[in-house]
Amino acid sequence: MSGHNESILREPLITGTDITYAKITDDILMPVENKPNRAWWIGFIVALCGALLWVVAVSYTFWFGIGAWGLNKTVGWAWDITGFVWWVGIGHAGTLISAVLLLFRQNWRNSINRSAEAMTIFAVICAATYVVSHMGRPWLAYWVLPLPNQFGSLWVNFNSPLVWDMFAISTYFSVSLLFWYTGLLPDIATIRDRATGVKRRIYSILSFGWAGNVKTWQRFEAVSIILAGISTPLVLSVHTIVSMDFATSVIPGWHTTIFPPYFVAGAIFSGFAMVLTLLLVARKVLGLENYITMFHIESMNKIIILTGSIVGVAYITEFFIAWYSGSEYEQYAFINRSTGPYWWAYWMMMTCNVISPQLLWFKKIRTSIPFTWILSIVVNIGMWFERFVIIVTSLHRDYIPSSWAMFYPSWVDVSVFVGSIGLFFTLFLLFLRVLPSIAIAEVKLLLKSASEQAKLKQIKEGHLDQIHVSEYVESLEKFDSVKQEEYAKI
Amino acid sequence: MNNIKYILGSFGDPDEMMHGIDKLQENNIKIHDVYTPMPIHGIEAKLGVKRSRLDIAAFFFGITGTCTMLTFVYFAAAYDWPINIGGKPHFALPDFIPITFELTILFCAFGLVGSYYASSHLFPGRAPRVMDLRATDDRFIIAIDAKENTDHSKIDDLLKEAGALEVKHNERKYISYE
Repeated sequence: MSGHNESILREPLITGTDITYAKITDDILMPVENKPNRAWWIGFIVALCGALLWVVAVSYTFWFGIGAWGLNKTVGWAWDITGFVWWVGIGHAGTLISAVLLLFRQNWRNSINRSAEAMTIFAVICAATYVVSHMGRPWLAYWVLPLPNQFGSLWVNFNSPLVWDMFAISTYFSVSLLFWYTGLLPDIATIRDRATGVKRRIYSILSFGWAGNVKTWQRFEAVSIILAGISTPLVLSVHTIVSMDFATSVIPGWHTTIFPPYFVAGAIFSGFAMVLTLLLVARKVLGLENYITMFHIESMNKIIILTGSIVGVAYITEFFIAWYSGSEYEQYAFINRSTGPYWWAYWMMMTCNVISPQLLWFKKIRTSIPFTWILSIVVNIGMWFERFVIIVTSLHRDYIPSSWAMFYPSWVDVSVFVGSIGLFFTLFLLFLRVLPSIAIAEVKLLLKSASEQAKLKQIKEGHLDQIHVSEYVESLEKFDSVKQEEYAKI
Repeated sequence: MNNIKYILGSFGDPDEMMHGIDKLQENNIKIHDVYTPMPIHGIEAKLGVKRSRLDIAAFFFGITGTCTMLTFVYFAAAYDWPINIGGKPHFALPDFIPITFELTILFCAFGLVGSYYASSHLFPGRAPRVMDLRATDDRFIIAIDAKENTDHSKIDDLLKEAGALEVKHNERKYISYE
């Protein structure tokens, strides 16, 4: 394990030259063990206002019914399902990072998986609230469950993708929560053993009595890899099933077999963008630059180019197939999307999702933190418009021109959406305060092999190919957390 | 007779700790357990910890989920209250694959994690059996039962020689109960 040296051809995953196991613990637990700073409070108060707006808007919807939204006879799904799909999509990066990247042994996941998984859970909570509130009679939400009801044993329709969706989202949520919490146990134990008083008692309960003995660790790793193995198809199935809500219908613009892979790629695309939006701020405010390095940012940006391009190809394929199908209705749906009254939404989607991520081909851009941060927000704006375009533009002009309509959101629509963002950030900011935002134990694993200091030691020992050394030193230039003077003399 | 129950060798480096395990085993000193802040690969072979059978358990939990869902959906859709939905077969298997898959994963995940918690004695509120508070922070602890292995000074020397930063003689097994 720690005995072997990792090649210097790989960029370091932990930067800094004075990192010890104790320092890793101190750095990561800094926000948990100390009073929050002003930046946290400002963020929290703003987010909390958003969350309160969400409470007001959702309560208003529950009280007055979904007539409070801007829906009409023609457009029966709009911001609600747009918001739902958007949040579920964002919720895909966490499990992707923790499961798929674990299976592929991508060690850079170790410092971003924890907060990405937390983000997943909060995003799925936001998504679930949309599902419940769009039902109209949310107190009957349990009707989606296959329960024999008082009207006789009439079961739910198992042929319906909406029922599959309920199974998929609830399984995804509970399995993600399980995966996340099991991974948290050793780190909660770390907080517990450093805390005193009431805090120690609380973390003691939460730690499930973790002691870190050999057998527990060995099984912990076995559990992690199996959970990763089952979560990988799970994460792909969830957005596949979400896409089937549309794809199995007969609405032109929805009835498309390309939807499952296209939705999954879009989900990963927006999920990684949200991870970047959150972590670029968190690493700065919490001082975690040594653990979430430029290599992590660049790697995530590369995933964004890949998935953004897949999404772009899917948009074009969809358009081509609409023409090639020869179906008049399908053709009209697409022409209407790009040139009809919602042309601006379509071109917003195209610009944000297809064109802007291509800028990341330039190394200067994908290693620039301000640019990456802005782009991550642009991507999520684009992904929101993608769902809006798919849902509203396919519905608003149906088969009878006399019932053609436009969708205008009411203040409740807007408040539920803005409020859900507030709720998401409130939960995320609370998470940063009470739980370690980086998996401490997993980062410690990297210290002796993949850290900058371990590689520097190898270089100082000599015996390395000079070409490799100079390549390595060159690759460090982009890192904002590396002291370049150290390498000037080498 | 002294009251020392456990001798703890506290290492600052995992490789030195592994070296310490080798040294102790060469001298036929039995190791009670090792507490570390992170998983140490290869340690289970040294300490004779058998391969986990959780993967087998996970498979059977998963397959239970598959069977449960298929049986249930057959009961609900084809036996208990068959409904004619667009003339589709009552037991429309392709339609039931997504939900069967989800339930397989659900049973597998909960069964697996439940078995893990049960076999490792992890549950909310369990008193943490901690021998050294720094074992979850920056120290790698080898614990040796002092009653079984009586040559304490030899153990101390071996641990120090292997690179232990500190050797503790604890009169209580666990320090975390106060």
